Amino acid sequence: MSVLVYVENADGKFKKSTYEVVSYAKSVAVLLNTELIAISIGDVGKDELTSLGKFGAAKVLNVNNDKLKSFVIQAYASVITNAANKENSDILILANSFSGKGLAPRIAVKLQAGLADSAVDLPKIENNSFTVKKTAFSGKAFAMVEFNSAKKVIALNPNSYQVNESPVEATIEDFNPEINNSDLRIEVTNVVRATDKIALPDAELVVSAGRGLKGPENWNIIEELADVLGAATACSKPVSDAGWRPHEEHVGQTGIAVSPNLYIAVGISGAIQHLAGVSSSKTIVVINKDPEAPFFKVADYGIVGDAFEVVPKLTEAIKAYKSHS
Amino acid sequence: MKILVCVSNVPDTTTKITFSSDNTQFNTAGVQYILNPYDEIALARAIELSEGGKGTVTVINVGEASAEPTIRKALAIGADDAVRVNAAPRDAYFVSYQIAEYAKTNGFDLILTGRESIDYNGSQVGAMIGEFLDLPSTSIIKKLDADGTSASLEREIEGGKEVIKVDFPFVASCAEGVAEPKIPNMRGIMSARTKPLQVIEALDIEQLVTFKSYTTPAPRGSVTMLSSDETEKLVNLLHTEAKVI
Ligand SMILES: Cc1cc2nc3c(=O)[nH]c(=O)nc-3n(C[C@H](O)[C@H](O)[C@H](O)COP(=O)(O)OP(=O)(O)OC[C@H]3O[C@@H](n4cnc5c(N)ncnc54)[C@H](O)[C@@H]3O)c2cc1C
Ligand SMILES: Nc1ncnc2c1ncn2[C@@H]1O[C@H](COP(=O)(O)O)[C@@H](O)[C@H]1O
Repeated sequence: MSVLVYVENADGKFKKSTYEVVSYAKSVAVLLNTELIAISIGDVGKDELTSLGKFGAAKVLNVNNDKLKSFVIQAYASVITNAANKENSDILILANSFSGKGLAPRIAVKLQAGLADSAVDLPKIENNSFTVKKTAFSGKAFAMVEFNSAKKVIALNPNSYQVNESPVEATIEDFNPEINNSDLRIEVTNVVRATDKIALPDAELVVSAGRGLKGPENWNIIEELADVLGAATACSKPVSDAGWRPHEEHVGQTGIAVSPNLYIAVGISGAIQHLAGVSSSKTIVVINKDPEAPFFKVADYGIVGDAFEVVPKLTEAIKAYKSHS
Repeated sequence: MKILVCVSNVPDTTTKITFSSDNTQFNTAGVQYILNPYDEIALARAIELSEGGKGTVTVINVGEASAEPTIRKALAIGADDAVRVNAAPRDAYFVSYQIAEYAKTNGFDLILTGRESIDYNGSQVGAMIGEFLDLPSTSIIKKLDADGTSASLEREIEGGKEVIKVDFPFVASCAEGVAEPKIPNMRGIMSARTKPLQVIEALDIEQLVTFKSYTTPAPRGSVTMLSSDETEKLVNLLHTEAKVI
């Protein structure tokens, strides 16, 4: 028995969310008194792979195959399932990222394993019961998922588990399972990645704005604040519906659910559908000119004021703070 | 082009989520149910693709009779016919298996789901159907163009997108961008009453997970209000008190 963790890379580098998943998987392996094995797919350098040892991976299976240059869900799912069988892993852990959401269900079916998606905490293991806490109802609640299956797949939400060091010496092992052509029926013809932007789902700091900003031409003050903070930008639904901002910035019940350390909401009223996607943020700052805006009820810090006055001042204050810290 | 759209019946987005006193059941009393918002997007695109005699759209739901108003709404929006697999949708594995078995015997070029259901947010059903049927699947697509035999898709990835080409048949999970939801018109509502809605029995499959209990997030502490001149103080608090910068 072992715990297997799938480590996702972006252009050959691991992201913080990957280290979160490895740290989480290590803790699960410790709970079960077993070892942690990682599987990486893609062209990832030796140093990067070895770095996984720092977070507790004793062995790293390195799959570097030309057929897997682009992310083809079916083929990746087969390779990961193969690795789980080879390593006798009863538990597979991966990130609940956009890729993870595509992979986890397919792997679960292949392994006849139960799947706990959107996990936010370590499993509770008591006698014969193994349960995992997940978000449900778009962030309005949590559900405890109990596994009835011997094999288990867990997809961990970003920003839900602290990166922990737990150093071991990681051995790297090349793993070259055969890739079935029927797994390659999708062709990725182009990948567009905005490299200069912080991806919203795993951002630690988010600056978000709503209809209170009046129009897309005013977003420069939001972008400047995000820039000095090193934050991702987000928006409310009507803002993306109106085409002021791209759809991928829309957060809420019908958009992306985020749980950053800091969520700054500017000119957003705080409708229940918006709050659903942001309420698990650690700290919420609300800037709104209406003292009665419902968002203040769930905020940690609030400023009643005009965004066009407050936001530039806040940007200056952060600049000043950064320059002498 | 034969298109199957999977639709789920979910609590309205304004629902206040509460549970039974022992926290094992979601309180459904007084809850208004709607067609899952992402499924509306998938349905709208399916209708656009099939318009002008280019294809047919079947909607399928795994649910109890109480889901029928939602299924009728999908018919009113423009689906040609509907299937309900008569069972409580106990988890994604169960739901996907039912849909896959139905699709197996009826043959579809395109199976569309929403990106996630807004109650359990699993994002599981689409990919599981793909696995049960050994078809390609793509999670979270934002664009879908199809001719008679193949499709071009845009898939959302962290901080960007991928452009994908795939031949029929396949499964795709739709999100915003794929289409604008359609509002049923009077003619649609009238004709929905007489469009075929077939009810079939569920097949048995093992249960791999159980939703054991629920909790709601702890209420947040009280808010610290600052004046619009106190941005420096805010920065200071974010550093020393909240420790987030
Ligand atoms: C099925 C469904 C799903 C939905 N899903 C989502 C979702 O996922 N995400 C989402 O965000 N919404 C969602 N909504 C919409 C939601 O109900 C609200 O309509 C929306 O969140 C409001 O956006 P807003 O706060 O930007 O705009 P408004 O409600 O118009 O609020 C604007 C705010 O800006 C303030 N303001 C105005 N001028 C200034 C100024 N100069 N300075 C500072 N403050 C100012 C106002 O006081 C007000 O509070 C959904 C709705 C439905 C029906
Ligand atoms: N009970 C159901 N019946 C039919 N389709 C469903 C059902 N539940 C979920 N789906 C489909 O699967 C998608 C993803 O749901 P989920 O995996 O629950 O997040 C939804 O958007 C629907 O298209």
